[in-house]
Amino acid sequence: MNLKIIVAISAVLLLSGCGSSGAWGWYVIDPRTATGQENIYFLVSGFWATIQLSVIAAFISMILGLVIALPGMSSNRWVRLPPRVYVEFVRAIPLLPMLFWVFYGLPVILQSLGININIDAFWGAIITLAVSDSAFTAEIYRSGIQSINKGQTEAAKTIGLNYRQTMRYVILPQAIRRILPPLANQFIYIVKMSAFASVIGMQELTRRANELVVTEYRPLEIYTLLVFEYLVLVLVISFFVRSLERKMGSDESR
Amino acid sequence: MKNDSFVITIKKLNKWYGSFHALKDIDLNVALGERIVICGPSGSGKSTLIRCINSLEQHNSGTIVVDGREMIDSKAVHAIRAEVGMVFQQFNLFPHLTILQNLTLGPMKARGLSRAEAEDRAMTYLERVRIPDQAQKKPAALSGGQQQRVAIARSLCMEPKIMLFDEPTSALDPEMISEVLDVIVDLAEDGMTMICVTHEMGFARRAADRMIFMDYGEVIETGPPNEFFDAPKSERCKLFLSQILQH
Ligand SMILES: Nc1ncnc2c1ncn2[C@@H]1O[C@H](COP(=O)(O)OP(=O)(O)OP(=O)(O)O)[C@@H](O)[C@H]1O
Ligand SMILES: [Mg+2]
Repeated sequence: MNLKIIVAISAVLLLSGCGSSGAWGWYVIDPRTATGQENIYFLVSGFWATIQLSVIAAFISMILGLVIALPGMSSNRWVRLPPRVYVEFVRAIPLLPMLFWVFYGLPVILQSLGININIDAFWGAIITLAVSDSAFTAEIYRSGIQSINKGQTEAAKTIGLNYRQTMRYVILPQAIRRILPPLANQFIYIVKMSAFASVIGMQELTRRANELVVTEYRPLEIYTLLVFEYLVLVLVISFFVRSLERKMGSDESR
Repeated sequence: MKNDSFVITIKKLNKWYGSFHALKDIDLNVALGERIVICGPSGSGKSTLIRCINSLEQHNSGTIVVDGREMIDSKAVHAIRAEVGMVFQQFNLFPHLTILQNLTLGPMKARGLSRAEAEDRAMTYLERVRIPDQAQKKPAALSGGQQQRVAIARSLCMEPKIMLFDEPTSALDPEMISEVLDVIVDLAEDGMTMICVTHEMGFARRAADRMIFMDYGEVIETGPPNEFFDAPKSERCKLFLSQILQH
C-alpha cells in the first residue's frame, strides 16, 4: 500500500508539472532528447558510488559493532567501560562534523605521527559512515544478545561450555534472528547518510545532482529525480528487509 | 566421619546481594551417594545455595569444596562444573537445537567426544528418561514433562557425580509432575548424589536421606525425612510444613 501512495503522489506531481509550462522544466531530464539522456545518465551513474559506499560502510560497521558489543556486556566493569564510552561518544557526534574531522583533520594527525596515508573522499566517507553507524549496530547486537534468557547461558555453563562456545553454539544462533532485521533496517540509514559524502567531493547521487543543478539551473526537476533515486533504492532494500523479517520472525523454535 | 568421605563440603558460606544477606554462615556436608531435599519459604535462599555449588552465583565468604577441589579460581570452577549437573525450574533447553543436539552439545564441545559417541550416549540417557522417540524434535514440540526429562538427560550426558535440582517440577502441570519425579527417584535408587530443592513432600519421603529446612538464608533444621515430617523441632519448620501440607 505504501507503493500505491507513492505512485499516487508522484503522478500528481508529474501531472501538475507537465500541465502548466511555467514552474516545471522537465526538458532537463527528458529521455527523448540527447541532452536529457546525457543528464539522466550522469545522475543515475551515481548509484554505483552510493551503493559501494553504503555496502562497504555497513559491512565494516557490522564487524566493528560486534567487536564493541561483546566486551560491552562483560561482567567486569573495566572491560565494559571502553566500549560503553565509545558508544556514547560516537553516538553524540553529528555525522557532518565527524566527516569533516576525518577528511580534513585525521590526515594531519596521521602525518604528525609519521604515517603518510592520504584519505580520499571515498575512504573518508566510508570510515565516517562505518564508525558512526557502529555505535548503533553495537547497541543492536547488545539488545539482541541480552534478549536471550539468562537461563540459556546458565544451562550452557552447567554442561561445561566456555564463553566462546556458549556464544557460538547457544546465544548467537538464537540472537541472530532478533539482530538481523534491525541490522538490515539500519542499512537504510547508511544509504541515506551516504549523501553527506557529497560535501567532500564524493561523486555519488547527491553530488552529481548538485553539479548538474549548478550548470542547468533546474533544481526542482533534478532534485525531484534525486529524491526518487533514493526512494527506489530504499524501497528495494525495505523489500528485502521485509522478507528477511518474515523469514526470521517465523516461530523461533522451529 | 573423615572429611574426605564428603563429596561436597561447605563451611561458613555467606552470600550478599548488595546489602541483602541471602546466605548466612551455611555449613553443609554431603556424602557420596547421599540424597538431600531442601525446602523452605520463598526467598529463603534455597536456589542461591545450590547455585553457589556450581558457581552460577559467586559466594562472598566461606569455602566450598566439591569432589576434593576448593572453589577458588576459574580453573577449579571449570573442573567442579564437570562433576556437577543441574536441572532448572524452567528447563532451559536450547530451543534452536533438536533434542539430540541439546544432548550432544556438551559431550562434543566440552568433552571432545565424536559425534557418534555423543549420539550413542545421548540415546542411552534418552531411553533412561523414557523418550528416545523424541530425539529429532525441537524442544517446543514436547510437553513440559518431556522437556524436563530431556533437561535431566542433558545433564546426565555429562556423566556428573552430583546432580542439583532447583524445583524441577514447579513449572509443570500437575499431571506431568510424577513422570519427572519418577525419573529422579530412579536416579536416586541408582546411587546418584543429589541435592533437590522441592516442595513435593511425597517425593521427599520416598527419595531423600536427609531433609534441610531453610529460612531467611539459614539452615534451620535438618534430619532424616521421618523425623523431619513427623516431629519437626523448630516452630518455623512446623509452621511451614503445616502450610504446605494443607494444600
Ligand atoms: N540476583 C539477585 N539480586 C538481588 N537479590 C537476589 C538475587 N537473587 C536472589 N535474590 C534474593 O535473595 C533471596 C534468596 O533468593 P533465592 O532465589 O535463593 O530464594 P529461594 O529460596 O530459591 O526462593 P523461591 O522458593 O522463591 O525460589 C531472595 O530474597 C531474593 O530476592
Ligand atoms: Mg528458588
